[in-house]
Amino acid sequence: MAVMTYRDALNEALAEEMERDDSVFLMGEEVAEYDGAYKVSRGLLDRFGDARVVDTPISELGFAGLGVGAAMAGLRPVIEFMTFNFAFLALDQVINNAAKTHYMTNGQLHVPIVFRGPNGAALQLAAQHSQACETYFVHAPGVKLVNPATPADAKGLLKAAIRDDDPVVVMESELLYNARGDVPEGEHVVPLGVADVKAEGTDVTIISHGQMVHVALQAARTLEKEDISAEVLDLRSLRPLDMEAILGSVHKTNRAVYVEECWPFTGIGAQIVALIQDEGFDDLDAPVQRITQADVPMPYARNLEKQSKPDAARVVDACRKVLYRN
Amino acid sequence: MPDSAVRDASTSAAPAVIEGFPAEQVLGFLREMLIYRRFEQKAEEAYAIGKIGGFCHLHTGQEGVALGFVGPLRPDDYALSAYREHTLALAKGISARAAMAELYGRVGGCSGGKGGSMHLFSAKHNFMGGWGIVGGQIPLATGLGWAIRYRGEDRVCVCFLGDAAVNQGSFHESLNMAAIWKLPVIYVVENNGYGMGTAFNRVTTTPMVEKSRAHGIPAHYVDGQDVLAVWRLMEDLLDRVRDGAGPQFVDAETYRFKGHSMSDPVSGTYRSKEEVESRVREDDPIAHVRDLLIQSGHLTRESLERMDEEVRELVEDAADFADRSPLPPEDSLHEFVYSDMDVHGRLFFDGRGG
Ligand SMILES: Cc1ncc(C[n+]2csc(CCOP(=O)(O)OP(=O)(O)O)c2C)c(N)n1
Ligand SMILES: [Mg+2]
Repeated sequence: MAVMTYRDALNEALAEEMERDDSVFLMGEEVAEYDGAYKVSRGLLDRFGDARVVDTPISELGFAGLGVGAAMAGLRPVIEFMTFNFAFLALDQVINNAAKTHYMTNGQLHVPIVFRGPNGAALQLAAQHSQACETYFVHAPGVKLVNPATPADAKGLLKAAIRDDDPVVVMESELLYNARGDVPEGEHVVPLGVADVKAEGTDVTIISHGQMVHVALQAARTLEKEDISAEVLDLRSLRPLDMEAILGSVHKTNRAVYVEECWPFTGIGAQIVALIQDEGFDDLDAPVQRITQADVPMPYARNLEKQSKPDAARVVDACRKVLYRN
Repeated sequence: MPDSAVRDASTSAAPAVIEGFPAEQVLGFLREMLIYRRFEQKAEEAYAIGKIGGFCHLHTGQEGVALGFVGPLRPDDYALSAYREHTLALAKGISARAAMAELYGRVGGCSGGKGGSMHLFSAKHNFMGGWGIVGGQIPLATGLGWAIRYRGEDRVCVCFLGDAAVNQGSFHESLNMAAIWKLPVIYVVENNGYGMGTAFNRVTTTPMVEKSRAHGIPAHYVDGQDVLAVWRLMEDLLDRVRDGAGPQFVDAETYRFKGHSMSDPVSGTYRSKEEVESRVREDDPIAHVRDLLIQSGHLTRESLERMDEEVRELVEDAADFADRSPLPPEDSLHEFVYSDMDVHGRLFFDGRGG
């Protein structure tokens, strides 16, 4: 095991995959000479040259679509969005062109592309720069999406995403770039669609992904002091979704709380709740609770921002509620 | 601003006109641009001690563009920009108090504390933002122009954008539509040569002044560090556009004296320390006007100091106001997501009231 940051783990995954397969290239704003706006691509230009680590104009629709075309020709582009807030300009290319091509061509063409970058709220970045974008992407059949919570998962999921033959959106959590953790040495690939239990428990399942896994873990530690044993299930992939892991945990605990940074209306949690009530109804001892971002654009003022975000205290309350302990 | 050039001069034989402008007006330009400079300095200080958070992009070095393009507007003309907009907001008439309080995220801010540094707005001043997505404001400006033409008014909309924004589709789509419908919009590129750490010439193969040619929109070049030249050009363009000449495109060459935002270094691999130092030394729009006033005998070291002191007081007052202004009330979290809260059915789904 090596201890490294989430940022360095992503960097290693990119470097290893570019080393292994010369059809992999990285393209995006400031990825080459500036080492990436969040320094994820540090050193890659020196190592792989400017044909494979490519700075673009600020033209998200253009370079995302260029990536789709290159993928149709058999390359494996990794397209970096400086943040996912800017990916909305490219949504047409992701949804209409990347996601549907394999289907529309009756399987003749593959689009093995990765769209990656930071996602979710940071600090006081206000309405246009601080939002969780998962739901827009996973809504479309044909798109896969992962959102790692630890350095090890960041490395392993990005490697799997690059090797996958379909479009994969890799959402990194901006607030986790400096987080440190153990990463297995040598080849480390985490398969898409496999959830991971980040803390074992028996009384309630807290389901989450990305940065919110840490909020869930914090809540679990608080609950422990009240003799409530919470299981923290990290989905890691939202599509494909590890239903067996979710249903298995709920079968054990009979109670579930979902935590996400997205807005509640048609959020990821809405889908999870629907699935649990469809396939795990008899296991439930209480309605599933959802903790989400407040249903408002992100306010700039620090007090309102704090108030709007999902936090451990809210998760703890929701767990007490499903346990009828309040 | 280097003050080496400041020397005392007698005002007795001073000519009343400087480069075609009444000396009084030029003195006003100096004072106004000093306000912008000191405002940004104060913002920098406040950011360093955590009173301002998030992204904060200073306009320092680009004051000539702010004043020269916004100053000649009528109050009913529209102006809007991207996120480097503090001084443009001041130029359009938003008070230093309301702008600073917004940077602090307080109720007294021009967006009630909900917008922050990147989202200054004042409908009553026709200052339409404050936008965070590169190129996102360009179609909006086009729409404001559309509304003006639709109602048969003689107002004008000025749209600021950075050099890096001309590579967005929104720029080309907007210019094409503005040309088809002869919309009263002046698109001003604040061409500071860089988009974050990328030099303009690395992401384009044609000069800025050619960017509007394919759309049939007249292009103009101006030295943005020369506020008198900018002002003259803008007065002329406003006349033409009000007379129905249709959209105009301006390449205003300027320079960003600070880092891209408060989180970025001033210089780095993309531009050298020497480059920045020499531009700050030789190409300061405020020093340029100050020297003209001194050389023509309208300003002395003492009068400049007095002016600067007044300006600093004004900016201090703005910061004090911001400091005293309360945080927005907690129950305003859901306020203004919709225009009408009193509708049938449920508006919000977070289980937190509202
Ligand atoms: C669509 C989009 N992509 C990327 C960004 C991140 N970003 C913010 S400012 C900027 C550079 C813009 O440069 P320019 O347009 O020249 O304006 P300047 O900052 O020089 O005033 C970038 C890449 C963004 N805000 N929006
Ligand atoms: Mg620029």
